[in-house]
Amino acid sequence: MNLKLKDIVPQLITVTAVVLVFGFFTYNAQINMENRGIDFGYGFLSQESSFDVQFSLIEYDGSHSYFRAYLVGLLNTILVSVIGIIIATILGVIVGVARLSPNYLINKFAAFYVEFFRNIPLLLQIFFWYFAALRALPLPQDAEAIFGVFFLTIKGLYVPAFIWQNFSVFFYSIVAAIIAIIVIRTHAKRVQENQGKQIPVFLISIGLIFILPLLTFFIGGVGISFEVPVLKQLATTSFIYEGGVSLPPELIALTLSLSLYTATFIAECVRAGIQGVGKGQKEAAASIGLTPNQVLKLVIMPQALRIIIPPTTNQYLNLTKNSSLAAAIAYPDLVLVFAGTALMQTGKAIEIVSITMFTYLTLSISISLLMNWYNKKIAIQEK
Amino acid sequence: MMSKINFLRPDKNNLNTFLYLGSFLFFISVLDVFLNSFFSLNLTGFLPNFLSFLLPLILGFIGLYLIRIEFSGLKQLDLLNKHINTNNFNAVLSLLIIFVIIKSLPPILSWFVIDASFAGDTKDVCTGSGACWTYIKVWMRRFMYGMYPNAEQWRINLSFVALVLMGSVGYFATDKFKKYLTLYYVVIYPLIAFLFIFFFISGGPVFFDFSYGIIAAILSIIVGFFIPAKYKFYYFLIVPLALYITLKYFIFFEEYIELGKLDGLNWVETGAWGGLSLTFIISFFCLIFCFPIGMAFALGRRSNFPLIRYISVGFIEFWRGVPLITVLFMSAVMFPMFLPEDFFIDKLVRAIIAISLFEAAYVAEVIRGGLQALPRGQYEAAKSLGMGYWKMHIFVILPQALKLVIPGIANTFLALVKDTPLIFVVGLLEIVGMLNLAKTNPKWLGFAMEGYVFAAIIFWIICYAMSKYSYNLEQKYKTDR
Repeated sequence: MNLKLKDIVPQLITVTAVVLVFGFFTYNAQINMENRGIDFGYGFLSQESSFDVQFSLIEYDGSHSYFRAYLVGLLNTILVSVIGIIIATILGVIVGVARLSPNYLINKFAAFYVEFFRNIPLLLQIFFWYFAALRALPLPQDAEAIFGVFFLTIKGLYVPAFIWQNFSVFFYSIVAAIIAIIVIRTHAKRVQENQGKQIPVFLISIGLIFILPLLTFFIGGVGISFEVPVLKQLATTSFIYEGGVSLPPELIALTLSLSLYTATFIAECVRAGIQGVGKGQKEAAASIGLTPNQVLKLVIMPQALRIIIPPTTNQYLNLTKNSSLAAAIAYPDLVLVFAGTALMQTGKAIEIVSITMFTYLTLSISISLLMNWYNKKIAIQEK
Repeated sequence: MMSKINFLRPDKNNLNTFLYLGSFLFFISVLDVFLNSFFSLNLTGFLPNFLSFLLPLILGFIGLYLIRIEFSGLKQLDLLNKHINTNNFNAVLSLLIIFVIIKSLPPILSWFVIDASFAGDTKDVCTGSGACWTYIKVWMRRFMYGMYPNAEQWRINLSFVALVLMGSVGYFATDKFKKYLTLYYVVIYPLIAFLFIFFFISGGPVFFDFSYGIIAAILSIIVGFFIPAKYKFYYFLIVPLALYITLKYFIFFEEYIELGKLDGLNWVETGAWGGLSLTFIISFFCLIFCFPIGMAFALGRRSNFPLIRYISVGFIEFWRGVPLITVLFMSAVMFPMFLPEDFFIDKLVRAIIAISLFEAAYVAEVIRGGLQALPRGQYEAAKSLGMGYWKMHIFVILPQALKLVIPGIANTFLALVKDTPLIFVVGLLEIVGMLNLAKTNPKWLGFAMEGYVFAAIIFWIICYAMSKYSYNLEQKYKTDR
C-alpha cells in the first residue's frame, strides 16, 4: 500500500461533504415528518386506491390497490414509448436517408423537417397537437369513416378490434417462424464463411414469417373476425362509438409529437452514421465485384450501424423519459397516475417520488447496460 | 435494334424535340396543380375523378422522363437533371414535393396573412377563416411579462437591455483585456445579472442577508489580484470567509437590511413573473450554473481518486436516468421536506437549482467526451513541464477539450432552453404556460392554434439562432490536428 496524505485528504473532504449534506436532509426530513404526523413506509402500496384511471391496459378501478395503479401507469408509459419508438425509427431512417439524397428537393425537404421539429420545445408540440390540431377534428356523429372502418373524431381514434379464435396456435406459429429464421441465419452465415455461398436469407425469412402463420388459418383452426366500431346515441347531443378499440386523443397527440420530435434526432444519427463510413469502403467493395445491394448489405450497413446504434438508443431513452410530459395533457402515464393522483391522495411525497424516479432510473440503466454489452460485442476487434 | 428500344430517349440529334415536348408536359402538369390550388380551377374536370387527380403526376413524370439525358451541354438542363431528375423514382418524389408545396401554399398563406385579422382589440374582429392575430396583440404583454404589473414592466426591459449590452463587451474588448474576459463572463457578469434581477426586476432590498457574501466576494477578488501567486491559494481559502463573518457580525447589522431599498420600486414576487422574460431568466441562470457544475463532475469522473470518481458517476447517472419532470416534482413536493422548517427557498430558485443540476449531468458527459478525445500526449507533455493538476487542466487540457465539444455543449444548452416550459410543474408560467392560461379565458376561447404557432415561431427563432451561432463558434475555434 502506498497511501499518501495528498491522496486521502481530497477524497475524505468530498465524502464528508456528501455525507453531511445527506445527513442534513435526512435529519430535516425526519423532523418535518414528525411535526406533520406523517410516517414513512411503503405499506400504502397495498391499500385501496379509490381513484379511477381513464385509459388502462389492465383491468383497473378504484377498488384495486395503489400498486395496481402504479402498474397501470407504468404500462401506459411503456405503451406510448414503444409505439413512439417504432414510428420514430421508421420516420427517422427515412428522413436520415433522404438527407443524403442527391435529389435537391428531397434533401432540402428532409432538412427543413429536421430543422423545424427539432427547434420547437416538445411540450409546445404536444400542446399544439392536443389542444389545437386534434380539437379541430369532427364530433363522433359527424366523423367520416376512413376505409369504412376507422373513425377519427375529437374523442379519439376508433379502430376495429380483432377477435381471434385459437390465438395461441397463431402465436406459437410466429414464435416457431422466428426460431426457424434464427437457425437459417446461423446456418447461412456458416455456409458463407466456409464455402463462400450466398443463401437468400432475407427472402426465406420473409416467406417464413408470412407463410407459417398463414398456414395456421387453414390447418390450425385459427380464425379472425373484426368488430367494427358503431355509432351509438347516448343522449340527444351525445354520441359515442361502441365496439372496436378506442385510442384516446391524449395517446394520439403524445405519440405523434414524441415520434415527430425524436425522429429528427434519429435522422441526424442515421445521416452521421452513413456519412461516417469512408468513401473508400464503398469503392473498395465495388471494385472486388460486389453488387450495389451487396455493398450496402455487407459493407456499408454493418459499419454504419456501429456508428448509428449507440446514439439512437440514447434517443430511445430520451423518448421514454420525455413520455413523462404526458402529465401535461392528462394522459395517465406513470407520472400522472402515480406521482400525481396517488401522491395527492396519500401525501407520501418522498416514497412516491422516489419510486417514480427509481422506475425511470431502472429503465434507463438497464437499457444502457444492454447498450454497453452490444457495443462491446460489435466493436472492431483490433489485433 | 438498340435505337428502336431507345426511341423514347433523347440524344444529340433529336434533343430539341424532346426538350420542348418534355418541358411542355412538365409545365402543363405544374400549371394544372397551380391553377387548381390558387384559383380552384380544375382544367381536367371532364375526366373521371381518379384520373383527374393523377393526371398532373403522370404528365409531369413523362415530361421529366423525356428531358432526362446524360449530358446535354445545356447548363440549366444538366443542373436540373442532376438535382431533381436522376432516375424515375427521384422524378416522382420531386414531382410530389413540388405539388405538395404548391398545394399547401394557399391555405397556409390565407390562414397566416390574407384572411387573418390584425386590427382591433376585441374578439369581435376575428370573424374571418384565418388566424386571429388580434388575440396575440391583446395578450402580448402577458406572453412577454407574465403577471408582472404593467406599470413596472420597464424594469424588465431596462434590465434586459443593460444585460445584453454588458454581455456584448466581449466583442469590443481589445487584446489587452481579452485575458480577463473569462473571469468577467464566469464570475462578474453573472453576479451583475443576479444583482440586476434581484434589485430591479424583483425590487429586493439592497442589504439582504446574502449581500454580505457578495460584498465579501467582490472585495476579496479585487484584492486577490495583488496577492503574490504563491499565497493566492491560502488567501482565497481564508480571507473571503473571514471577511464575510466580519461584515455580517461586526460591521453591518440587521437594521440595515430594509434600509437601502431602491426608492420607489415595488416588490414583485416571483409568482407574478412569467412569459418570455421568465424563459430568458431561467435559461440564463441555468446555463451559467450548469456549466461549472458539469465541468467539476466531468473532471471528477476522470479523477484518479476512486471515491470522487464513484460519487461523480453516481451523480451523473442518477440525473441522466430520470426525466426532468420528476426532478421538478421532486423540487416542488419533496425538497421542502428536506429543509429545516423555517427555511424557505423561493420556487423560482428551486426550479433553477433543479434544472441546473439536471443539465449539469448532461454537460458533464459532453465534457468528458472531450477530455477522452484528447491524446494522452497532451497530459504527459503538461506533466513533464512540471504542471500540477489544476494548472495542467486550466491551461492545457480544458481549453482544448472544450473546443472539441462546442457542438455538444450547444446541443445541451438548446435542450435546456427547450426544457424551460416544464416549469409549469412548480407553478411558474413562462410563455407556453401563459398561452395555456390565456386560451382558457372565457373572453378569448378558441384561439389555441394562434397562440401555439406564435410561441413556436419565437422558440424556433431562438433555437435556430443558437444552433447557427454554435456552428459559427465551432468553425472559428476549429484547429486542425
